[in-house]
Amino acid sequence: MSLLEVKKVSRFFGGITAVKDVTFEITKGEILGLIGPNGAGKTTMFNVVNGFHAPSRGEVLFKGERISGLKPHQICKRGMARTFQVVKPLQRMSVQDNVIASAFLRAKNKAEAEGIADEVLTFTGLAANRDVISKGLPLGKRKRLEIARALATRPELLLLDESFAGLNPSELEDSIGIIRKIKDRGITIMIIEHHMRVIMSISDRIVVLNYGEKIAEGTPADIGKNPQVIEAYLGEAQSA
Amino acid sequence: MKTYLPYITLTILAVLPLLGLSSYWMHIAILVIMWSVIGMAWNLLGGYCGQVSFGHAAFFGVGAYTAAMLYNKLHLSAWWGIPASVFVVALFALLLGYICLRLRGPYFALATLSIGVIMRITAENLVGLTNGDVGIQLDKRTWIDKTWYYYIILLMAVGAFVAVKKIIGSKLGYYFVAIREDQDAAESLGIDTTRYKTIALVISGVITGLAGAFYMNYMGYIDPKVVFALHDISIITIMVVMVGGAATSAGPVVGAVIMVLLAELIRSIPKLGTAHHTLFGVLLIVIIIFLPNGIVGDFSKIRNLFRTRKAAP
Ligand SMILES: Nc1ncnc2c1ncn2[C@@H]1O[C@H](COP(=O)(O)OP(=O)(O)OP(=O)(O)O)[C@@H](O)[C@H]1O
Ligand SMILES: [Mg+2]
Repeated sequence: MSLLEVKKVSRFFGGITAVKDVTFEITKGEILGLIGPNGAGKTTMFNVVNGFHAPSRGEVLFKGERISGLKPHQICKRGMARTFQVVKPLQRMSVQDNVIASAFLRAKNKAEAEGIADEVLTFTGLAANRDVISKGLPLGKRKRLEIARALATRPELLLLDESFAGLNPSELEDSIGIIRKIKDRGITIMIIEHHMRVIMSISDRIVVLNYGEKIAEGTPADIGKNPQVIEAYLGEAQSA
Repeated sequence: MKTYLPYITLTILAVLPLLGLSSYWMHIAILVIMWSVIGMAWNLLGGYCGQVSFGHAAFFGVGAYTAAMLYNKLHLSAWWGIPASVFVVALFALLLGYICLRLRGPYFALATLSIGVIMRITAENLVGLTNGDVGIQLDKRTWIDKTWYYYIILLMAVGAFVAVKKIIGSKLGYYFVAIREDQDAAESLGIDTTRYKTIALVISGVITGLAGAFYMNYMGYIDPKVVFALHDISIITIMVVMVGGAATSAGPVVGAVIMVLLAELIRSIPKLGTAHHTLFGVLLIVIIIFLPNGIVGDFSKIRNLFRTRKAAP
């Protein structure tokens, strides 16, 4: 069953076409990788799915319901959470309070919100940092906090925007472990990632964007040998 | 010690009138407490929720005029203005929120600034309702003595203090601070930012309006220039909170003490005239530079300053 359906979505910013006529679906329980060179429109795709931008054309369906036009908080309430590529911690709040604030979405009272926060902090390995004011957290932990906060809203679909960028190898292993555990809980994941080895190893399917258009879709094995994809990435490498 | 501080303060304040203070000092005490209430109100919206309002005089004035017009038009006691202002100001704040809260940061601040000015001009021109510049005066105030006024405003202050404290520890408080820290993050975490900003604005407005209704009863006279004043109300409100410490529970109280005493001090300097505005401005700049978190927020900084002085040979 499709949890999310993106149907012929385009998004323009003035004269720029950030996303162009993109269609794909996410099946419940899978990890879908979204890849593409810089500026391909991946984050814009997230912003459209999560309600920050309305699609200029096309529509997005979540659990069969049309969600384009709803606000982010309404979409979150329906069971979709996201992280930000440029992390947005609630800076002058402690790590724990960050997570409690988002746990209130489902909690009936503060004790319950604290319970959810405890559980999520342990799950994401942030329990030891709970009292740190999030401004002072190193980048790797901040990326983790993004995930923890999103999980505290008890999502069915989790959108991860480059949660691995800037991590050192050991943090990277930890984070991959966490993503796998999230999947084991039955949470569906759409993940944007530049790290090819990571995306190939954890994705069930991959969608490739280039200049806002979908140029390929398939299993990691298919994508790995798709000539268009190779060219898109080589082209980027050459121009860089 | 820190947890007992509010109780100790309250006990001292409760027995203060028994010390036989002069009428002048009772007046100062009443002003300090009234400004604490307004500061607490502003702090909820500006300090915790991050929505900086430059127009809190609008709420103060609407509260004051509610009391004044009940008296003047309906010939009721102006004290009815206290319960009535809750509804009137709440409605006014809802309307204002609908207009201003879609704006962010400096745009919100500018919008509130202009609302304050618009309210003053409106009150000056709706002569039929407000008597315009002539203002509204009570034929006689309820009490000559200040003791009851003191206890009434003290009760309001305790109520506001407890209410803000409760709110900050609850879901509302978490949501307010989340909105202050990052509105986009808050939205994506399922927080209806428009709704919760509106709630903060309404609570903040209502508490400020209550202070306004009290002011009408206490002073027995208002006019548009006094209660809708940009400098003497809206700006002073911000200064009370900034000087005391934004997003701290004691900040508005500390700020109110300092600002009221300072205003009296500056006023007592002869031949200064309106230059006292300049002095206030300079003070604000100094505080923002050296104590950006206010006296309460930067208390450790102040303490260290004295420690090192003592330690030095
Ligand atoms: N709010 C906006 N206003 C104007 N242009 C935008 C906006 N958001 C994105 N764009 C443009 O849309 C295009 C796609 O950007 P987007 O951030 O979606 O790319 P991306 O695939 O996430 O890139 P990266 O890998 O660098 O994160 C870019 O040209 C970008 O400049
Ligand atoms: Mg991006």
